[in-house]
Amino acid sequence: MEIFGVPLPALMGQLMLGLVSGSFYAILSLGLAVIFGMLNIINFAHGALYMMGAFFAWMALTYLGIGYWWSLVLVPAVVGVVGIVIERTMLQWLYKLDHLYGLLLTFGLALIIEGLFRSEYGVSGLPYTIPDELTGALDLGFMFLPKYRLWVIAISLFVCFATWFVIEKTQLGAYLRAATENPKLTQAFGINVPLMVMLTYGFGVALAGFAGVLAAPIFQVSPLMGSNLIIAVFAVVVIGGMGSILGSIVTGLGLGIIEGLTKVFYAEASSTVVFIIMAIVLLIRPAGLFGKEK
Amino acid sequence: MNGRLSLIGYAALLAALLAAPLFLYPVLVMKVLCFALFACAFNLLLGYTGLLSFGHAAFLGTAAYVTGHVLKEWGWPTELGLLAGTLAAAALGWLFGALAIRRQGIYFAMVTLALAQMVYFLFIQAPFTGGEDGLQGVPRGHLFGVVDLADDINLYYLVLAICVGAFWLIHRTINSPFGQILKAIRENEARVVSLGYDVAKYKLLAFVLSAALAGLAGATKTLVFKFATLTDAHWHASGEVVLMTLLGGMGTIFGPVVGASVIVTLQNELADKVGSLVTVIMGAIFVICVLAFRRGIVGEAIALYRRMVWR
Amino acid sequence: MKAKRIVLAVAATLGLSTGLAQAQISDSVVRVGVLTDMGGAYSDLSGAGSVIAAKMAVEDFQAREKPGFAIEVVSADHQNKGDISSNKAREWFDRDKVDVVTDLVTTSTALAVMKVAKEKNRIALVNGAASTRITNEDCNDVTVHWTYDTYALANGTAKAVVKQGGKSWYFLTADYAFGHSLEKDASDVVIANGGKVLGAVRHPFPGTDFSSFLLKAQASGAQVIGLANAGTDTTNSIKQAAEFGITPKQSLAGLLMFITDIHSLGLKNTQTMYLTEGFYWDLNDETRAWSKRFFERAKKMPTMVQAGQYSSIAHYLKAVKATGSDDTQKVMAWMKKTPVNDFFAKNGTIRDDGRMVHDTYLLQVKKPEESKYPWDYYHVRQTIPAAEAFQPLALSKCSLVKK
Repeated sequence: MEIFGVPLPALMGQLMLGLVSGSFYAILSLGLAVIFGMLNIINFAHGALYMMGAFFAWMALTYLGIGYWWSLVLVPAVVGVVGIVIERTMLQWLYKLDHLYGLLLTFGLALIIEGLFRSEYGVSGLPYTIPDELTGALDLGFMFLPKYRLWVIAISLFVCFATWFVIEKTQLGAYLRAATENPKLTQAFGINVPLMVMLTYGFGVALAGFAGVLAAPIFQVSPLMGSNLIIAVFAVVVIGGMGSILGSIVTGLGLGIIEGLTKVFYAEASSTVVFIIMAIVLLIRPAGLFGKEK
Repeated sequence: MNGRLSLIGYAALLAALLAAPLFLYPVLVMKVLCFALFACAFNLLLGYTGLLSFGHAAFLGTAAYVTGHVLKEWGWPTELGLLAGTLAAAALGWLFGALAIRRQGIYFAMVTLALAQMVYFLFIQAPFTGGEDGLQGVPRGHLFGVVDLADDINLYYLVLAICVGAFWLIHRTINSPFGQILKAIRENEARVVSLGYDVAKYKLLAFVLSAALAGLAGATKTLVFKFATLTDAHWHASGEVVLMTLLGGMGTIFGPVVGASVIVTLQNELADKVGSLVTVIMGAIFVICVLAFRRGIVGEAIALYRRMVWR
Repeated sequence: MKAKRIVLAVAATLGLSTGLAQAQISDSVVRVGVLTDMGGAYSDLSGAGSVIAAKMAVEDFQAREKPGFAIEVVSADHQNKGDISSNKAREWFDRDKVDVVTDLVTTSTALAVMKVAKEKNRIALVNGAASTRITNEDCNDVTVHWTYDTYALANGTAKAVVKQGGKSWYFLTADYAFGHSLEKDASDVVIANGGKVLGAVRHPFPGTDFSSFLLKAQASGAQVIGLANAGTDTTNSIKQAAEFGITPKQSLAGLLMFITDIHSLGLKNTQTMYLTEGFYWDLNDETRAWSKRFFERAKKMPTMVQAGQYSSIAHYLKAVKATGSDDTQKVMAWMKKTPVNDFFAKNGTIRDDGRMVHDTYLLQVKKPEESKYPWDYYHVRQTIPAAEAFQPLALSKCSLVKK
């Protein structure tokens, strides 16, 4: 069966891969959006921390024998702690300065992290096997669906919407949003704003670490995996509109799907399509599809 | 800044550079000169107009490839090749600028980064760049049909002339009425708008000029190394030029030169000894500069000088 | 990575070495540069092992021949990038007086350095890179392509697979000179032997996620998916193909594989695959003896690249001693007119186009139960004689070949 001259299994396969990519875009841009919303900092180190998450999962398995399922919980926590340390020791001094310095600092951090891992492990990538429960694939007749990738899509959607729910619909989320809008007033109400800021950065970064663990079995665990991804994620955030939680999730998934479809019909353009869309959105709606101009 | 003192300083530096091939490896000095030009061009935008572009590698790379292509495939004379690269970068700068200026601050930076990345991917695909292989074997040719540039020493003096000329151009621009408006935009854009200036036009002009000079640096670099590769257009190069300017001192005219010299020399010396740790060192310099050394080397030097003079 | 400057200076043996020999060698030291990939996709098959092989060649030469000149080995990591290797070579030739650059894995680095070597009149011994362009369009008279090339690989592996019944092919190609070369040479062989090429898809080099490319290969319905890539690109393609259920329905042809790849993938995943190599450690007593010495230092069995390193550098050093100088043209002339006879090649000769022709071997990976000891991975199915293995001179596009 063919659609637009492409056999159905090929189309569905690429769509599925596109959804997987989109899931990573969504989680990472969600983390970026959360951090930006709260701290007004573009966290360039996000890609490096995602890579760190994948590496910690690999190290946990290789040196400590800790398996995938435990890593899914432990690694984001560890990466989150790393994030909190970064926030307390370095980022907090920059809040009063021009936002550009935050970008530059996190860029420097990204270089440091990437360089350290690269120096130790080279760039060729380390293998991380798919956990036994998720190996194999479902032969659906019209396509071949590897179980692990289906899991990635499912859990990413869950985590994204859970985050959205917490931020938009719970009291904790309300405090966070208040602290973002008006830190001084919120502080006056007795809410510990610096603590919220610190935890927010930690959480945003933990999301990146979580994505890293998810990525480890699919992509090779390599020091370059973050930098390859992060710039496309920036484009996603610009398209979606910074500071909008729902915007980043929807845009991330959407762009992953568009990328997947581009691979089918016009493969050469697949790496540039995200940026082309960004250019178009900038011309028509500079604030982003879901953004509110700050 | 004391005019006579800086004039003496420049003269001394020029003399040192003229004599440099006697003591130093000319190819390395040429590399420093090209990157110094790149950083000065970048600083025109960041230090003087207040716009952080994170995609300047696109201009470096575009000019590098265009120059390489016309010199190698079409056999153009060297001077026209350099000009072609510079103009190509300027054109790209006009395109980028028109899109990016719609946003401010951080968004501007991210847009330039993303646009540059798009250009990078286009270069990977385009056949004329040679993709991963790069554009190799670019002939240096003869300057004005007379001077054989295959000789490193001859080429050195050409590169020196180009960089000194461009530096002088930047100096004049900054101290001109146009430059004053750029500085005003950096300080307080709303004020400039209220004074009736078309701020967007000034920003765009500054962007194009910056892109053109960055392109000149890229074109010259192609001549020196006889090839153009994807590394020139990679976002690491964009990050490096930011670092050079930050380390040297943004908003100072000589800062980027100092920054470029330090970074290029450091990379060259350390690359063999510590391998990937070079990236770590670059990152650490970034972090330290942002946290504790924001005025950069030249900035701190000027501040120190002022403190001493006014004691 | 570190540029180790290990001065393997020899205490000049009394009497034998003459001042005459020393006077004609530039500053009395012969410097051998090893420019390779120390941490990337190809580091296993060359990398640190290539440096070890180079040092072994120098040490053995000094012990056996007691030359009147000192020899140094320097090394650097080119990270598979043309610009880094070009700059490094230029610096080595200009500043550090390096006489010969070796290894040069990754075709783009080889092509770049060959040009610099020609410009500076030094020698390039290419062991790592594969593309036939090195001895065709881009050939020059200061380069020797020693170990293998894409023609030899296609001639061995592709021919064997087509003869086994794999008639329809689809290629997964690394998007740079090497991949294109291998894809073209393999396609030619497939078509010449009655097969069909259904298409190809190019992946960025180095790649990480091959899933979307593999899906295209799967959709083509080809019997054989030709992997026109190497190193970790190949091993990852093979692993991911299994994940998507591509194998065993379609079979994979690893057009360039090394023993280190088999070692990292395991026999279970690679059994019965065909491959062509220029060297196998377990061929005969001579190869075994050398390889065990290599193993002691490198902790891995040598790949053909590393064995080729030893062989080519040894031949070069012999040339320097015999001609009494490190002048490029004299050394090249001696190397070309003298056959190569060592554990790596028997009656190997260097042709006008720079190609060192020697026997190659068609190998098939053993099944796990057939392997009796560590690194016992291959059946030697065929020895392809030198005259057949490489592209005939008559077809060469090299300007140096007199027609």
